[in-house]
Amino acid sequence: MDALDVARWQFGVTTVYHFLFVPLTIGLSVLVAILQTMWHRTGNERYLKLTKFYGKLFLINFAMGVVTGIVQEFQFGMNWSDYSRFVGDIFGAPLAIEALVAFFLESTFIGLWIFGWDRLPKRAHLASIWAAAIGTNLSAYFILAANSFMQNPVGYRINPDSGRAELTDFPAVLTNKVALITFPHTLAGSFLVAGSMIVAVGLWHVIRNRDSADTDAYRFATKFGSWVVLVASAAVLFTGDIQGKIMTDVQPMKMAAAEGLYTTESPASFSVLTIGSLDGSREVFALKIPYLLSFLGTGDPHGTVRGIDDLQAQYATQYGPGSYTPIIPVTYWSFRFMITFGLAAGAIALLVLWSQRKGRTPSSKWLLRAGLAMPVLPLLANSFGWIFTEMGRQPWIVFGEMLTRNGVSRSVSLTEVLTSFTAFTLIYATLAVIEVKLLLRYAKAGVPDVTDQPPADDTDDAERPLAFAY
Amino acid sequence: MELTTIWFLLVAVLFTGYFILEGFDFGVGMLLPVLGRDDRERRVLINTIGPVWDGNEVWLITAGGAMFASFPEWYATLFSGFYLPLLLILLALIARGVAFEYRHKRPEASWKRRWDAAIVIGSLLPAILWGVAFANILRGVPLNAEHEYVGGLFNLLNPYALLGGATTLALFLTHGAVFIALKTTGDIRERAGALAVRLGVGAAVLAVGFLTWTLSIRSSAAAVVLAVGAALALLGGLAAARVRREGWAFTGTAVAIGLAVATLFAALFPNVLPSTLDAAGTLTATNAASTPYTLKIMTWVAVIFTPVVLGYQAWTYWVFRKRIGVANIPQH
Repeated sequence: MDALDVARWQFGVTTVYHFLFVPLTIGLSVLVAILQTMWHRTGNERYLKLTKFYGKLFLINFAMGVVTGIVQEFQFGMNWSDYSRFVGDIFGAPLAIEALVAFFLESTFIGLWIFGWDRLPKRAHLASIWAAAIGTNLSAYFILAANSFMQNPVGYRINPDSGRAELTDFPAVLTNKVALITFPHTLAGSFLVAGSMIVAVGLWHVIRNRDSADTDAYRFATKFGSWVVLVASAAVLFTGDIQGKIMTDVQPMKMAAAEGLYTTESPASFSVLTIGSLDGSREVFALKIPYLLSFLGTGDPHGTVRGIDDLQAQYATQYGPGSYTPIIPVTYWSFRFMITFGLAAGAIALLVLWSQRKGRTPSSKWLLRAGLAMPVLPLLANSFGWIFTEMGRQPWIVFGEMLTRNGVSRSVSLTEVLTSFTAFTLIYATLAVIEVKLLLRYAKAGVPDVTDQPPADDTDDAERPLAFAY
Repeated sequence: MELTTIWFLLVAVLFTGYFILEGFDFGVGMLLPVLGRDDRERRVLINTIGPVWDGNEVWLITAGGAMFASFPEWYATLFSGFYLPLLLILLALIARGVAFEYRHKRPEASWKRRWDAAIVIGSLLPAILWGVAFANILRGVPLNAEHEYVGGLFNLLNPYALLGGATTLALFLTHGAVFIALKTTGDIRERAGALAVRLGVGAAVLAVGFLTWTLSIRSSAAAVVLAVGAALALLGGLAAARVRREGWAFTGTAVAIGLAVATLFAALFPNVLPSTLDAAGTLTATNAASTPYTLKIMTWVAVIFTPVVLGYQAWTYWVFRKRIGVANIPQH
């Protein structure tokens, strides 16, 4: 074990952890904004109750996303300083723009929304949650544009004197075809999480809290969330399909590694699962769908999909001796887990909708269990998706330009990075337990009473309690 | 003006804004057990910064991002070199940020006590460590010819840097007390006002000592003028605090912190991170900078969006301009 390994583990752990909170923030900000808009349009208190209820869960989660995000920005410089030097000219710009354009919008307006119930005119208050939601979604775009440069570098040249990457075409970086497809794919995955969360909490109240006066609201939430999940599932599949074709084009090794495809095939079949060696190089049993991989990768059922051995040989000639193959068991299985867990959430959403057809009230214990599992499934799918896309890029930190091992900070010792990795792991684990307990507590508490709404003006008496206070 | 100079100024402005804004957030956090005698009073204190602390912290994220984009070498060397202090700052900001949001989520006294501790320590550590870090940037650190930091942790804990840490600590405490006096009513307001004057005297002594030492390490005409301005602003703020002119007192401490940070940047320019070893290791606004193309794009983005951000952040402060007191704290 050396400092490089620990730095990689730290980046992996802190990033996957950060991305447990981000999808819920991305998705729920918009869905809460939609619920509040429905309240404004209809005046129906049911929507106000749901806005406040899911808004509370949204905020418990939001705080975690914010604080774990700062770590990510600092970590490039702290642990990957040679990487930062190499790509700073290109990579720093979207990060800075993300902060200036998106984070300020998000954090300022979230504060206005949390504390502004009795301080802002109704419409300005509604606009605040929309502004925060837009900021959150914009930030996803800029960070994905930065990440896409690492997958498929565009709009740059290597300065022969300094050996560094220099920006030559910023619009090309922002319209990187990998970024343009990863953005909707990530958003769809985020709405899958947010919709699932709304369903799980709503369904629990529908089934276990039958006598509640608010059953009507929970039933609505359950259906609303299920539809979000279904639409998001379709979007995930659609964008994922396009992404696969782009990946075959710009990172063929990643596609081959996703499949454990060692030899170039045309037509290539899609391996559903393999029993044998973990990396699929020796198979005892394999379930394969003919033509499917060719179709997924190229759009043509007879298309050629290049194999790992072939690409390895080509890269060794192109970039010099060395291994250019990712860890196949990781890519092969993370790719399958991503798809399976993602689809499972969609399937459960269908069951939930079916259980409520024509005004029926679901009561099945099994449906409740499946419903409660729902938020976990897309979270796992998201995590495996990221593990796949980042591990599939290895050994490169910037594909074709810089190896991961050359990007690490030379001045940071093993002791230092072990210290930070331990500290982050401990504080993150503690906070995870606290966060989940709080979410469960507030999810069980149910929708709040909204009969006593203070008037939205700031002229009356100074003794009035705040509508919201920490 | 050259693009690299413009970006040096912009990074300086972002850090200055960060220290002015989060300076009072840190101060409020540290004074929680001092000025908040019971839970309701502590909630009053936390709620003075409740709607704004997150937006204030984004100044740091933007400063870091701007540094990465405009001076990648500076960002890379500084962040990897100051590894452990930055780690502590990150852990502090994590605990503190979550604490604001979670503290009121359960009624138990033990629960609140733990989050109060997170807020106090989470505010105290960065308040000291930012001073230590910026003093070291100004003083210079051992960088080899490849701009790698070779100094180790204890090199950063020199007397000058520790004085820097004590100075930011005292300034932020004063700034926080003044802010609390400005934003609260009743008893807390009185106590905060009195405390601000006492803290301010200590802060003034430390600040004058630190800025004098700073100017003896490196200096420029602009830095001297800014340092004198900082001292005058602080004294003015204290005089206003004594007679309970809270708006003016806050203006004074805000300007003092702003000018003190500006002094450091003015004394530093055109270097961004001097090396105490071979001069070839020194990072300057020129050799640490991005290409003119990147700087030009970033300049356009900054010119368009900075006024918008300033506009809506200022509006937030206007929306939440009312003082709060214990009577305004809801039961749960």
